[in-house]
Amino acid sequence: MIPLQAALIALVAAGALAVVLTRNLVRLALMSSLYGLVLVVFFLVLQAPDVALSELVVGAVGFPLVILVAAAIERGG
Amino acid sequence: MSRFLRIALFAPSAAGLGALLLWSAAGLPDFGHYHHAYGRILNASAQSERHVTNVVGSVVFDYRGFDTLGEEFILFAAVMGLALLLREIDDRRPQPREQVDSDALRLLGVGLAAALLVLGLDVVAHGYLTPGGGFQGGVIVASAFLLLYLALGYRGFRVLTPRSGVDFVEGAGAGGYAVIGIASMLLGAAYLHNFGPLGTSGKLAAGGSIPFLNVASALEVSAAFVLLYTEFLEELAAVPVRA
Repeated sequence: MIPLQAALIALVAAGALAVVLTRNLVRLALMSSLYGLVLVVFFLVLQAPDVALSELVVGAVGFPLVILVAAAIERGG
Repeated sequence: MSRFLRIALFAPSAAGLGALLLWSAAGLPDFGHYHHAYGRILNASAQSERHVTNVVGSVVFDYRGFDTLGEEFILFAAVMGLALLLREIDDRRPQPREQVDSDALRLLGVGLAAALLVLGLDVVAHGYLTPGGGFQGGVIVASAFLLLYLALGYRGFRVLTPRSGVDFVEGAGAGGYAVIGIASMLLGAAYLHNFGPLGTSGKLAAGGSIPFLNVASALEVSAAFVLLYTEFLEELAAVPVRA
């Protein structure tokens, strides 16, 4: 394991913890988007560009949007 | 259920699960060491057998094409379920007003969406040559439409993604994938077995039936995600926004 991989594993662990501990929905959307980006870099470093591309769009764009809409509905309705 | 009973149930099952996890983790290969034969065989033979340069693409649309059929229909069923739950039969809900007033923002958004659309189509088209493919490119294409929502507002987004068109593309993609598999059988091979000229490795015209399955899955995935975004944004649009 090279230092870059070790650092990214630590970042992924910290990011996952941050996602779990975030209670505010808008912050959760931003945090899960950031976590998705960290995972993208992690997959790239592990030489899995196909998975990185999927994670980039689903994890950093699609999933946060669903949370954002939920947050907006909760706020408005 | 009493507190004591719950703990009595939880403690042994948690301990058992933890022990099983530790046991399986101890048996994992070392970090970066791959022992399975399947990957080695494919890395060595996929390019000469199927004339594609992205081995992942050949696994997804050829060697394990049947698994991808299942994944296509998982996505299809999931989005259909979402539409069943969220889609409004009548249009009595208030139509949202246009929320984007800045021309500069619209221009930038539409320009970026166009660039993203081209990127998505490029990732789809080269799916079996370089990293990417129908799923990845399809989701990027859907993201381009999401960017159009940000630039043009809900009404503009809906004009550009008419429901009947998106429904049709999603069905055609999912159904097309299954039909290509039947074409293999008509040619006397197993379901989803690769057929057609293999072409030149490294060129777009290569891989036999892989490009067709790739395009079918791109149609299904992009339309499914546009549909998913539409259903969610429709919920948002129907909510009275308080300042």
